Amino acid sequence: MAETVFAPWDDPTAEPIIRFRNVTKRFGTFVAIDDLTLDIYPQEFFALLGPSGCGKTTMMRMLAGFENPTEGSIELAGKDIAGVPANKRAVNMMFQSYALFPHLSIWDNIAFGLRRETSDKAAISARVEEMLKLTRLEKLARRKPHQISGGQRQRVALARSLAKAPKLLLLDEPLGALDAKLREATQFELMDIQEKTGTTFVIVTHDQEEAMTVASRIAVMDEGRIMQVATPDRIYEAPASVYVADFIGDVNILAGTVTATGADTYALTWKDGAAPVTAVSEATFTDGQQAHLAVRPEKVAIHTTKPEDVDNLLKGKVLDIAYLGNLSTYHVELPGGQIIKAQTANTRRLSRRSITWEDPVWVGWTKTAGVLLDT
Amino acid sequence: MSRLSPFNVVSLTLGFVFLYVPMLILVIYSFNASKLVTVWAGLSTKWYGELLSNEAFLDAAWVTLRVAVISSTIATVLGTMAAYVLVRGGRFFGRTLFSGMIYAPLVMPEVITGLSLLLLFIGIGLDRGVLTIVLAHTTFSMCFVSVVVSSRLMTFDRSLEEAALDLGASPLDSFRLVTLPIIAPAVISGWLLAFTLSLDDLVIASFTSGPSATTLPMKIWSSVRLGVSPEINALSTIMIGLVTVGVITASLSTKHAALRAKRDEQAATRAT
Repeated sequence: MAETVFAPWDDPTAEPIIRFRNVTKRFGTFVAIDDLTLDIYPQEFFALLGPSGCGKTTMMRMLAGFENPTEGSIELAGKDIAGVPANKRAVNMMFQSYALFPHLSIWDNIAFGLRRETSDKAAISARVEEMLKLTRLEKLARRKPHQISGGQRQRVALARSLAKAPKLLLLDEPLGALDAKLREATQFELMDIQEKTGTTFVIVTHDQEEAMTVASRIAVMDEGRIMQVATPDRIYEAPASVYVADFIGDVNILAGTVTATGADTYALTWKDGAAPVTAVSEATFTDGQQAHLAVRPEKVAIHTTKPEDVDNLLKGKVLDIAYLGNLSTYHVELPGGQIIKAQTANTRRLSRRSITWEDPVWVGWTKTAGVLLDT
Repeated sequence: MSRLSPFNVVSLTLGFVFLYVPMLILVIYSFNASKLVTVWAGLSTKWYGELLSNEAFLDAAWVTLRVAVISSTIATVLGTMAAYVLVRGGRFFGRTLFSGMIYAPLVMPEVITGLSLLLLFIGIGLDRGVLTIVLAHTTFSMCFVSVVVSSRLMTFDRSLEEAALDLGASPLDSFRLVTLPIIAPAVISGWLLAFTLSLDDLVIASFTSGPSATTLPMKIWSSVRLGVSPEINALSTIMIGLVTVGVITASLSTKHAALRAKRDEQAATRAT
């Protein structure tokens, strides 16, 4: 039996849990969110990704109830939530600063939200213990927030925001304060907890790797608009625009004009006098149209001798080598100054590497390696 | 430990001399056996005994204490509310006027505050006594409280209140359960400030008191006009002692709390 893929966004009958409809948010004359429409489905792990000031935090604060849209509506589970104050929403938030109450113990921090809705001591206690167990904090229950480490505080903040079993959990840069190793471990922990609880998570982050790791779908934002919403692999392999291609990961961009050479094959003239590069594209272009070819560095091969049967081949010399341990990125300068980055996995030890600075090399990629973009 | 340069030694000495020599002389003379304040006639504690049997002084002390406790408590409540509105209220109509008005008593000459309050009390026909002193002291000490509390509120992490709201607390609950416990040290020091101001106020109390209520500073002032008595020295020494103990206790407890927090944080970092 084939495993069902979790993809409610492809299912026309699926009901979104959150629906932004033509939402605009202005602060004075500054437009933070510009006519934005977006659906998020139950049990999704949805990432809002963008540079600072792109409006992602504003979107989150509108969901939490700390800001109201200037225009448009936001629906949560089919109901318009404009005017519903933050303390009456079935939405909880994990704050960037964690916002743990410093005068309360870990136990009381987690119980805070539960105490607001019930006075049943046994129920509160059971739920707090459950949350402590989920986040592996049982031993620290009696401590105060300043008596535990950063990673533990992060887990307390998560436990506190999950305690009320919200329909929607908002995470505002939840891992920003953790060091790299701990962050990676916590990302998997977050995914695990999200799966266990079945809660819809919306995470705000500027860290593209984090978004790629945890999210089921990513919305790439810029200046209050959504540039693309798609699964991590679509965002990476089939970006909708040069902005998205450039924002996620590393990319080589060749700009020029295209001419059709086959049913779905185009030749891109990227420099006068240089041989055009060919690319296969799903989107159609008219002859003479401006276009950009985006090719990821790991899809560009580097050769010391001229290879045969490569769709696109350019000659240049090595300008720089970025050695990352597992990978090396070669910056190859073509005649005319254009730089092409080629990445190779370092499957051999460093001492046996054959390419070095100023070496004349060929860089090549297949016609399906890149994406042809009009903007 | 860095050594003090000669310049620092001089500044330090001058500072201490100007601050503490007058008080030191007062303390020494309070143990003087002679009735003449400026003539030393041996060590004695008899003026302290006489002070305790002086009904007028004790009455005045009781009035002062009641006025100070009640007025500083009311001032703390009102001042905290005012600070909250000023820091959190955003830009409402008349905010600038309100913030100007609330800080006005800070710079207003006491004589003017006292006089205007006196005119008000006469105008509305309120008999002067303990009540009018309490009202007057509340008026001028509340702005000090609001200065202290608002400076704490400005550095207060707003997301703590948002987190409380987010977890379902009403705005009132989030203030009561989160904001207030965290700003409590500022509120308490605001109260202590108001209490001290009320304790040693002479000018405003003179304007607003009636024949039935005399505060300790007023009593001291009127006795001094008849000549400085060693009893006054004894009384002043007691007050200096109380204030010293209070200040040292307050600063030690803050220091202790800060040290403990630091130690806990270090322990937490090591634990990971």
